[in-house]
Amino acid sequence: MLLDFKTHEESIAMAISFMEGNEAIARAAVEAGCRFFAGYPITPATTIYQYMLKLLPPRGGVCLQGEDEIASIGFCLGASMAGMKAMTATSGPGISLYSEQISFAVGSEIPLVIVDVQRLGPSTGSATKGADGDIQFLRWGNSGGLPVIVLCPVDVRDCFVLTVLAFNLAEQFRCPVFIAANKEIAMTRESIDLEDLPLPEPVDRRYSPAGQLFMPFHVAADRQVPDFLPLGADRIVRQTSSTHGEDGYITLDGEHIRKSQERLKEKLAASVPAFTYYAADRVDDPRILVVVYGVTARSAKVAVRRLREQGEQVALLVLKTLWPVPEALIRYHLAGVKKVVVVEMNMGQYVREIERLAGAQKVTFFGQMNGELISPEQIAAAVMS
Amino acid sequence: MTSLLNRERPSAFCPGCCHDKAVHALDKALQVMALPGNRVAIVSDIGCSGLFDTFFHTHALHGLHGRALTYATGLKMARPDLTVIAVMGDGGLGIGGAHVLSACRRNVDITLLVLNNFNYGMTGGQCSITTPESAQTASGFLNQLEMPMDICKVAEAAGAPYVARAMAHHKDLPDGMEKAMTYNGFAVLDIWGLCPGRYLKRNQLTLQQLEKEMAKQHQPGGIIPRNERPEYAGRYFQLAKDQKTAPAMRSVEVRFDTSFSGRREILLLGAAGQRINTAGELLCLAAITAGLHATQKNDYPITVLRGHSISEVVLSSAPIDYTGLQAPGAVLALSPEGVNRREKVFASLDSAALVIKTKGLGIPATAAKVVEVDFKGRAIQRADWALAGLAVLARMGLIITADMLTAAIECRFDRNPRERALAVAAGMAQAM
Repeated sequence: MLLDFKTHEESIAMAISFMEGNEAIARAAVEAGCRFFAGYPITPATTIYQYMLKLLPPRGGVCLQGEDEIASIGFCLGASMAGMKAMTATSGPGISLYSEQISFAVGSEIPLVIVDVQRLGPSTGSATKGADGDIQFLRWGNSGGLPVIVLCPVDVRDCFVLTVLAFNLAEQFRCPVFIAANKEIAMTRESIDLEDLPLPEPVDRRYSPAGQLFMPFHVAADRQVPDFLPLGADRIVRQTSSTHGEDGYITLDGEHIRKSQERLKEKLAASVPAFTYYAADRVDDPRILVVVYGVTARSAKVAVRRLREQGEQVALLVLKTLWPVPEALIRYHLAGVKKVVVVEMNMGQYVREIERLAGAQKVTFFGQMNGELISPEQIAAAVMS
Repeated sequence: MTSLLNRERPSAFCPGCCHDKAVHALDKALQVMALPGNRVAIVSDIGCSGLFDTFFHTHALHGLHGRALTYATGLKMARPDLTVIAVMGDGGLGIGGAHVLSACRRNVDITLLVLNNFNYGMTGGQCSITTPESAQTASGFLNQLEMPMDICKVAEAAGAPYVARAMAHHKDLPDGMEKAMTYNGFAVLDIWGLCPGRYLKRNQLTLQQLEKEMAKQHQPGGIIPRNERPEYAGRYFQLAKDQKTAPAMRSVEVRFDTSFSGRREILLLGAAGQRINTAGELLCLAAITAGLHATQKNDYPITVLRGHSISEVVLSSAPIDYTGLQAPGAVLALSPEGVNRREKVFASLDSAALVIKTKGLGIPATAAKVVEVDFKGRAIQRADWALAGLAVLARMGLIITADMLTAAIECRFDRNPRERALAVAAGMAQAM
């Protein structure tokens, strides 16, 4: 699905809003049907919690402040298992604390949206400086190493659209879905035309049809995801973080375990084409392909425009689905180019995936971790070096 | 009522294990309460106590070590009608200590059954936070160095309105469990028992000795009157329904012709208390009234009442991609804190750029045109200098017009603050 930049001509509107990415995420969550939020204050994610605290209680929803990040995400898991659409938001240090609970959501198929408003690390790092330093961490920060979905917004508009999509994917695939935001989007206010937002229709998890015996992890032959019933349903529901059989009890059956693990991997890996979100700016016979994501895409767009004015055949690919890697999309854009330039607000993370797919094609990397945006000039120089 | 024990999965604890007594006691208590299995959720975590939920035909949520109360809290808030029972061992109590304390002071209607057998049974009998200093454990001498924690004293101190202790082998355990579960609030029941598989392998301890030991301890009697208060979920929903509905997303009407073409960058350099953030927002809203695109980034220290306050604004007739400042066309310099923070920018300004600075403020050498304004001399309060600076910009016919600024103020403020801001802007425009 192409989530492209609007051109100037298309963007003339009569009523414009002005908001930061965090507000867009909170408002979109409510639009998507989120009725439960729990979080622990942390810059630069705090304002998501503050907005949810204003938005949810008057609607009969629940917004809680946990005693720490582990509790906050734990509350969300409990609420999600009771059938509520739930979201939590934090930054890198909080993702570290979420880790064990993320593994629970992955392995036990608990729908949840997790916002990581990235800040400069390592560790407590710089609370008010932006970075994209958690990109591999989000993918691999769970025990067991099964895939997760990570969506990455470029601007406030994406914060809206991708948040709704994140809820839909969490519901559809029963899994945690990350929004890899960045302080530079989350806390930057921006004008946005809300009348021109292509918000998707909310999707709900599939409930077990009435009148059937309920096996909490039974997956029909033609499906990839078990039907859901909430804890508290008339039929008894079991949920467990342990390796389980269809009945939700611990199993030692190696063959069943193997199949389950493969299904948990394949339900996401095989479906990536259905949720490959991106923006692309192609040229005929591109010589160079610039691959970016997040706020850096905005600088790359300027850089590519300038390079083209200088006669360079440069194409741009902006990834908005980072995990699982949208391999088909990337391969398509890699085809025929002489050089690939990957630019990231870190010391080189997603470039590993591009190198893997590029094979013999030359891949160069430019990255920076100093709390500052990478400028169009830096990208142009990196492309031409 | 019928038993809620899972007929297909009988209790499988070690022979003589106190947890087995707790399983049967809970079944009896639930029978007395006449609860069907689908109205009950047992939330457990790791350790031998984590097997607990599997022996019941109720809803079950089994999760990570020490986190049972986190899931139970979310579940109970989402489904206040369910009877939610959290089961933790003394191990979970230790690793999940923060959750135990918070659950006590939060007072959600959850019953916490502590299956306290003074050691980590599942991993080989290591010491836990309740292990006596004199005990022999798989932790070698380490438990001699730490005092055991009395969970009842801690729960009382942390605000739990119901705290009681019981022996796993006693016939009054079902009654104790029922009392804890029927209490409308967070209830802690500390259940002492013997671990034949691990603890008794290294320590001589009989039921009689354990009872004597318990008799020596502090004896909480259930309801703790000084901690009694309304239950959290009930109170939450009561307060929540009285909260003001959040304002809808504010939108700005585009009503003026675009005041310029291209990109303009404006840097507001001030200090805490000068409403720099608000002025930056007003500048953006003013631009939006003329169909321009706008971005705003703020920079201030964590001590919000002291130090610099900076706002970076980009306005453009085309959508804004890069949000960083490259060549500010205007700088509002209002305090040394802000100027010092961005002193390098002044040398980078060219002769087409404009600096509006407050009278007497020193700024680094610059090629930009510098306009000095005596805000103080004009009796403008320090908190309004940034807004007044915008009025100066408008008066000079740069970037925004006076009408755009007025429209922004009307959009941003209501009633008194609106009148006040309009007066500041109008006063400044006339004075120029």
